Amino acid sequence: MGRVRTIARRSFLIGSAAILGGVAFGAYLVTRPTPNPLLDGLGTGEAALTPFVKITPQGITLIVPRADVGQGIASTQAMLIAEELDIDPATATLDPGQPHRAYFNGTVAADGLSFPGWDEGFVAETVRDLMMNVARLSGSQFTGGSSSTADLHETLRQAGATARETLKAAAMARTGVPRADLRTEDGHVILPDGTRIPYTELAGEAAAIEPVTYVALRPASDWTRLGKPHRRLDVGAKSTGTQNYGVDVALPGMLYATVRANPGRGGGMARYSADAALAMMGVRSVVEVNEGLAVIADNTWFAFQAAAALEVDWLPPDYPASSAEMWQALSDAHTEEFQNSRLREDGDVEAALTGATVIEAEYRTPFLAHAALEPLNATVLVEDDAVTIWTATQIPHVVRDAAAEVTGVDAANVILHALPAGGSFGRRLDHDYVVQAIQIAATMPGTPVKTIWSREEDMTHDFPRPLHMARGRGAVAEGRVLACDLDTISPSLISSWFGRVFIVPPGPDAMLVWGAFDQPYAIPNYRVTGYAAPPMMPIGSWRSPGACSNSFFHESFLSELIHAAGADPLEERLRLIEHADSRRVLEAVGDISNWAGADIGPARGRGLAFSYTHGVPVAEVIDVTMTDQGIRIDEVWIAADCGTVFDPVNAEAQLTGAAIFGLGHAMNCELTYENHAVRQTNFHAFEGMRLHQTPRFHTRLLGLAERVRGLGEPATAPAAPALADAIFAATGERLREMPFSRSVDFA
Amino acid sequence: MDLTINGTSHTLELPDDIPLLWALRDGLNITSVKYGCGIAQCGACTVHIGGEAVRSCQVALADVWGEITTIEGLGTPDALHAIQTAWIDHQVAQCGYCQSGQIMQAADLLARNPEPSDEDIDAAMSGNLCRCGTYPRIRAAVHAAASALREV
Repeated sequence: MGRVRTIARRSFLIGSAAILGGVAFGAYLVTRPTPNPLLDGLGTGEAALTPFVKITPQGITLIVPRADVGQGIASTQAMLIAEELDIDPATATLDPGQPHRAYFNGTVAADGLSFPGWDEGFVAETVRDLMMNVARLSGSQFTGGSSSTADLHETLRQAGATARETLKAAAMARTGVPRADLRTEDGHVILPDGTRIPYTELAGEAAAIEPVTYVALRPASDWTRLGKPHRRLDVGAKSTGTQNYGVDVALPGMLYATVRANPGRGGGMARYSADAALAMMGVRSVVEVNEGLAVIADNTWFAFQAAAALEVDWLPPDYPASSAEMWQALSDAHTEEFQNSRLREDGDVEAALTGATVIEAEYRTPFLAHAALEPLNATVLVEDDAVTIWTATQIPHVVRDAAAEVTGVDAANVILHALPAGGSFGRRLDHDYVVQAIQIAATMPGTPVKTIWSREEDMTHDFPRPLHMARGRGAVAEGRVLACDLDTISPSLISSWFGRVFIVPPGPDAMLVWGAFDQPYAIPNYRVTGYAAPPMMPIGSWRSPGACSNSFFHESFLSELIHAAGADPLEERLRLIEHADSRRVLEAVGDISNWAGADIGPARGRGLAFSYTHGVPVAEVIDVTMTDQGIRIDEVWIAADCGTVFDPVNAEAQLTGAAIFGLGHAMNCELTYENHAVRQTNFHAFEGMRLHQTPRFHTRLLGLAERVRGLGEPATAPAAPALADAIFAATGERLREMPFSRSVDFA
Repeated sequence: MDLTINGTSHTLELPDDIPLLWALRDGLNITSVKYGCGIAQCGACTVHIGGEAVRSCQVALADVWGEITTIEGLGTPDALHAIQTAWIDHQVAQCGYCQSGQIMQAADLLARNPEPSDEDIDAAMSGNLCRCGTYPRIRAAVHAAASALREV
């Protein structure tokens, strides 16, 4: 990479970061302690010793601000606080709290930059710090990017430690026993004579003294909970039908609503007639909302039936009408005019390809729905001077501000009851469904209204993973990969999604090339170029955005090159990677799978893929067998390194779940469009993996990487290319387009 | 309309053609029964009628032919059924939204087949979708529950 070009790009990024902050902020502003939102309205005998711990005579509440969408982060957050606080987290109340900048997420902002996660150089680290402060000042409270554990693990342990030491200081003030002679256990301060004072009894006294801050955190060797198998705090409720989701909210006098929106996203309405719908049983009213209409009724079923009876002439949106036209538009954007980034340029690709036998390939991935099993919903009560919302969201701060904007109520009077989500996979990083629910409830002040989308609406009005294509050119020499030039083309996710929930940052769209430009390979001649196609329908973040397509392109093309070179897929990757953490996971996956090449016998095949996403290197090996019923996935081995593992049982679940998510969609899922509308409107046409197709899994988490990272997404990206590689080994056929069911059958 | 649910009688003033799913959820606030697809493709709404697992989104209220059991009738947090114990021990749930349906489907399987093979489990449980991908633990939990129930 040329030095001048490098400096120019990065200077621009720093400029962008300052713009994002909206201010040129100084040290004073960013080092000032963040206010503690729990201090408002504390009663006698109550203490909020940090923004994360509230103690009253009745009990202990832990604030767990990152949204639990199934990844188990509510439990992990509580465990992190509890380890230092010395309580059994199962005895505490978990509360997501109200949106507040005390709960900002700096890591997700820092990760969105045009630096590979493994780049720990001065410039990369400086800009990351800057972005952390942008997030701190703007109060961005995203749950996403597998960032929660990375972002909060020290903050939450510090919160627990601060609360513990402050409670001990209160006990010292009461008893005269020096703090150093006090210890804590199971929610009590213990005096040297064995007297036990409950935290709940000390709260009032603790609230009256200055909190003890900057407490040294306990070393891992002293942990009693973290890093050891423990029970996720929500599995009991989720195994007995007693977990309440947004869709389950029930309030006195509540009405039910559903939405019927233009199937062509963003098109308007020419005219509509609600007469037939209004004449139906149990229907209260039909109201206009963003993108279409809503029916308010006495139950969900009445609302669904009436929504189907609405007569609407929809206007067409301004994106291409069919999948074929969309693919053409994407292909047409593979020109210099649409070049958005070239964040990887090592060696001299053009020179290396000149005179060489050039290997070329084109890959495609389709639009995909998030299709969380809990359909999008929100319950809203609008009153004169307040709005109360019950919903699951990954962007509580955006929901709060939207409620204020839609209703004119002061943001301080918006109360958000953030509930666990029945899945998300990135969908609840948008808030369109909440805005509609607010619009609906605003027509019935004083009456709570629960708005639920039908599955068909949920599929039709997703912000899908964008379609994406790539063209690779490469060359091999003397049994090795010599050159790899990958062009990757998609509409810009940053422009679309950030435009809805944040602001569109200037500079290149790094997400468009995530999983490609940031891979830790040292290929001698190596170039990754991103092309931002014109916008189509609005698109969104889908588990491992960018990388869920780019890793398929990158690893598949690398596999093709390695095969052409006659090299071993594992050995050649190890030769091409210097990054120590990444090398170790490759070695580990070779170890646990007894890797001895892709040939594992007749009618069988073994595939390998590696990816580095969200700061986590992951390597996956997959074995398949050709059967009379089609291809069967037999075994999957996953090795990864996210640094310290706090929650090993859940970590394993995230690795296997993410891989199943990647595999299922690669096997048989796509959204295609006709007359601007999605054709796959329910699970009969969008299945994913089912139990009978599920392979056996073997996982290893190394726990050696220096930085703690999260696991909600990283095992998704390498799953599809590893499967394609295994199918090639078994059949000799390279699958370059998802879903693979377009080319092969699965058992 | 009179229904018996988990041994208790209920009277509902709802039309004949409303799916049992919505009668249970919106009519009786039994929200453990989940809406996922409405077309019998996901299994989140699985309950038992007369001891048999059915998709409640496909049963019109007037067609209910027997006593209904929801997961609350199987076991409660204070009195877990062996299947629920196995689900907790194996920490099956991620988002958890499908799990009531999964457990009710597993209960149907184990009532008919006390010692299911992997293939039996595949056949019985493949209609229940889990978007989080908890399938490996579902398999393990069904085997564990089968063992526990045989020892009773």
